[in-house]
Amino acid sequence: MKRDVAIVGVGMTKFGELWDKSFDDLFVEAGLEALEDAGMSGDEIEAMFVGNMSAGRFIDQEHVASLIADRSGMNPIPCTRVEAACASGGLAVRQAIMAVASGMYDVVLAGGVEKMTDVTTEEATATLATAADQEWEAFHGVTFPALYAMIARRHMHEYGTTREHLALPPVKNHRNATKNPKAQFQFEITVEQVIESPLVADPLRLLDCSPVSDGAAAVIVCPLEMAKEFTDTPIVVRATAQASDSLALHDREDITTLRATVEAARSAYKQAGIEPEDVDVAEVHDCFSIAELIAVEDLGFVEKGEAGEAYYEGMFEIDSDYVAVNPSGGLKAKGHPVGASGVAQVVEIVEQLRGEAGKRQVDGAEIGLTHNVGGSGGTVVVHIFERGD
Amino acid sequence: MSGVPRFWRSIDNRYRLVGTRCKNCGEIYFPPRVVCPKCRRKGEMEEVELSGRGEIYTYSVVRVPPEGFEEKAPYVVAIVKLEEGPLVTGMIVDCDPGEIDIGTPVEAVFRRVSEDGEDGVIYYSLEFRPVRDEE
Repeated sequence: MKRDVAIVGVGMTKFGELWDKSFDDLFVEAGLEALEDAGMSGDEIEAMFVGNMSAGRFIDQEHVASLIADRSGMNPIPCTRVEAACASGGLAVRQAIMAVASGMYDVVLAGGVEKMTDVTTEEATATLATAADQEWEAFHGVTFPALYAMIARRHMHEYGTTREHLALPPVKNHRNATKNPKAQFQFEITVEQVIESPLVADPLRLLDCSPVSDGAAAVIVCPLEMAKEFTDTPIVVRATAQASDSLALHDREDITTLRATVEAARSAYKQAGIEPEDVDVAEVHDCFSIAELIAVEDLGFVEKGEAGEAYYEGMFEIDSDYVAVNPSGGLKAKGHPVGASGVAQVVEIVEQLRGEAGKRQVDGAEIGLTHNVGGSGGTVVVHIFERGD
Repeated sequence: MSGVPRFWRSIDNRYRLVGTRCKNCGEIYFPPRVVCPKCRRKGEMEEVELSGRGEIYTYSVVRVPPEGFEEKAPYVVAIVKLEEGPLVTGMIVDCDPGEIDIGTPVEAVFRRVSEDGEDGVIYYSLEFRPVRDEE
């Protein structure tokens, strides 16, 4: 990076089925909270990037960058929407970091928002499937859960991963979410409940799947040298990485790994000059149970095929000596308003590295990682952050 | 999917499994590609018709269908490894989900897939069915 960048403000709404809140209400609430966190009036912000997957289908509204700048009272500063399905939020954060690192702007807000509950379940399912290849996957009736189910089936076949292994990330993430007041599901579930929940796309069941959610999140970035003007605990961006892979699952040589995760992580670790075992806390993209299992493998936290057993050893719990994974509750239990999720991951890591995560605080966390996946792995964004005091 | 031209453009691929082969490296692609990702500008594509025979590489059973597939659910979807090499996504028809597994031999079969409401396009395509010994 041409100059070091820090995060100086974060904000997010509660995630959930927020019937009484509109798309604009959500974004404005998260943005105002981030401004308040950074001690800013709003005049300091020079540009905005917004992650949003599908306002066009969820609320019949495109041109949402204009809507957001307008409703946030931020005109005439530039506002840009970025879209990479469920990685839209992570991508928005990356655009903001690059804009500041390049010297183009000093203070930039990155946000993410999705309002998903104004449509029926069938419409939401069809909209989420647009993250897959419309002509060659969705055409044949393949849903988003079915894609990850096919990854799971193959992972079970090649590595002996079991149905019970699949249940372990959701159980952990629900337990973590009981400590997160902004999580959608603040209750525990058991392995038996996951395994007995209704089938969605075999072998994945309802409790393997992240929910349909409303929510928004926002972060404010500025040059590290300016950060102390806004906060006593700036969080330094140590790496921002992004990689691409085929849109369709069938075009990959190996579907049990997300090559874009492997590539983005490799780049991120190199930028930060660290190894996977140096990470204290990680927010990874657990849109489905199998997604977290392959994420901890592809990020290098465990060897390929060994994720399932690692959960029995508690390697990824909040009080683990190794790496805490999804202390927020993850997409599964915190909620997954698709465009907001990548930004909310950064909000959680910033709170963890500041030591402000309350009951879910990971003791002594100094290095944090976020991992945001678009579609079935066509786009992946990885960030690494470090406490900067 | 929506729209007549969009569907019409892909009829050769959907009805006859026409893919592409890179003359430079020999790799076969289905669905077809204009650019070979391995050879990029050095590659040159030609059309190739695939047999439709292969085996199941992975599969799932869709229980919560998207719009347009409500009456078909539950149905089996799979990635099929064709004998020519490429992997392709499709529905597995004429079967009970219990008789499907990774490695099950399949063959292409022409089927009505979905429709755009009562007055819209009816989509047809090659899908797959298990190869049965007695046939």
